[in-house]
Amino acid sequence: MEIEAATVDFEPIFALDGKLKLQSQVELAGTQCAYQTYGTLNADRSNAIMICHGLTGDQYVAGTNPLTGRAGWWDHVVGPGLVLDTDQYFVICTNVLGGCLGTTGPSTINPDTGQPWNMDFPVFTVADMVDLQVHLIDALGIDQLFAVIGASMGGMMALDWAARHPERVFASIPVAASWRHTAQNIAFHEVGRRAITADADWHDGAYRGLGVKPEKGLAAARMVAHITYLSETAFQEKFGRELPRDSKLSFVLDPEFEVERYLDHQGKTFVQRFDAASYMYLTRAMDYFDLAARHDGDLAAVFKGVGTRFLLVSFTSDWLFPTAESRTIVRALNANAADVSFIEIPADYGHDSFLIESATDFHDVLEGFLDGSARRRGLKP
Amino acid sequence: MSRPSVPRRADLRLIAELVTPGGRVLDVGCGDGTLLETLETEKQVEGQGIEIRNNRVEACMRRGLTVIQGDADTDLPDFPDRAFDYVILSQALQNMHRPREVLDQLLRIGRRAIVSFPNLGHWRARLTLLWRGRMPIVETNGMPRSWYDTPNIHLCTIRDFLVMCETLGITVEEGHAVGRDGSLRRLGAGTAWETLWTHQAVYVLTRSRRAPNGG
Repeated sequence: MEIEAATVDFEPIFALDGKLKLQSQVELAGTQCAYQTYGTLNADRSNAIMICHGLTGDQYVAGTNPLTGRAGWWDHVVGPGLVLDTDQYFVICTNVLGGCLGTTGPSTINPDTGQPWNMDFPVFTVADMVDLQVHLIDALGIDQLFAVIGASMGGMMALDWAARHPERVFASIPVAASWRHTAQNIAFHEVGRRAITADADWHDGAYRGLGVKPEKGLAAARMVAHITYLSETAFQEKFGRELPRDSKLSFVLDPEFEVERYLDHQGKTFVQRFDAASYMYLTRAMDYFDLAARHDGDLAAVFKGVGTRFLLVSFTSDWLFPTAESRTIVRALNANAADVSFIEIPADYGHDSFLIESATDFHDVLEGFLDGSARRRGLKP
Repeated sequence: MSRPSVPRRADLRLIAELVTPGGRVLDVGCGDGTLLETLETEKQVEGQGIEIRNNRVEACMRRGLTVIQGDADTDLPDFPDRAFDYVILSQALQNMHRPREVLDQLLRIGRRAIVSFPNLGHWRARLTLLWRGRMPIVETNGMPRSWYDTPNIHLCTIRDFLVMCETLGITVEEGHAVGRDGSLRRLGAGTAWETLWTHQAVYVLTRSRRAPNGG
């Protein structure tokens, strides 16, 4: 069942006083940030964990997502007694800048015109998303986050937090992340964007108010992206060459294989909860991500003097953000003799392994690292 | 939480005693983290481990230790000079593809290195080869392994080791022999007698200057 985003109450929403200065030098007025919190902030405000969601994730980490009516995307990780134990930690998750679930983005109103921003929204970066979160924790009176954790695009944010605001982050946990978007990553995103702009309902991004959405294009973009999130093994094990019904080829060109029907379903459910323009901008922000760019490609220089503890996690079957990317980050951190842990978790599910409930090895590692960090931070005996 | 246990291996107990309190320690080939945990608890060090086997890395992380899944043969050059007060290589030198380069790196990134290894010059090993004409079987983690499946690809004697140290400009601060029964004896200059009778050796190493061709 489709629920229009406009009918959902995204409270709480943080409204930034003043302007958000973007990396592009554009100053964005009237910026708002929708977020969710779980657990209780302790007296000295030292137990906050910021979760950064992935490209198409949202702030509804745990509990019921009001938009989909389904459990939050990390409901098995965040909660009382779980890995991110909300009896101990105060967990924050924001809808990122440019997202479409309550935070300022192309679908929100441009205060200068009173109309939706659409394609007039300025191009922003991962660093801009982080800076909006920095403003939020300022408002919440949190000097230092106990941890920042994120996978995929969220992993980029966890890295950027530690690189540019090291004093604000005690521990950073980039999962299935990379220090920059590779040419292959950018290429896949461009295919997705091209699918959207090729949709007759795109209307140069001004489809809002016309009663149409570029659903076919966005669905195709999601289908391509979804393939990159899984592994060949996952596809093979889940679908193989299975055909529905009588297992006979029908000699038609319509979707016939189980895998085709699955992708079709992925595309269709995605367009109900995500905005095409947001997808355009967010994929661009990931493409622009290159942590070493500010230091002429010297990644080790990025982490000079950074006192943050790190845990990097990669998954064996992740070919989108492969282990080699995490290893490059580890080497740059080692060059600074930084406090860094790293593990490559055996997992068949591909890039999306971080979302899987049965990824108990991953959860054990996370819990061990958080426990060790909590002892070092004085949160635990 | 798991309680820090006293290491079962005698060489690990000795190494834990040799480390002075405080400071930073890198344990290369840290296994399941028993030594690191002991050092953090009893010597208040800031510990870090490198371990190649995934399940061991996971075991370390469950204990809340700082550990990198990595390969000592390739990853040590990443670290800056003198990043650690101690770098420990326990029962792993013989597993290295390039033990000479690894040893050289240990003394570059650490002010001191503590290295333990099985001595192939022990009389039992010599007898096995001399009388039985068979390769000596060296235990790895308590498991005797035949020549064809042993990870011990670069075994050496105490004398071999000391010659290599000299070549690399490495000074031996102290040496200890660890017996099969866990008994300890001080080692001197690596005499023929010591080489014959030492089961395992533990050396504390330092280097005041860079080796002429090191690194």
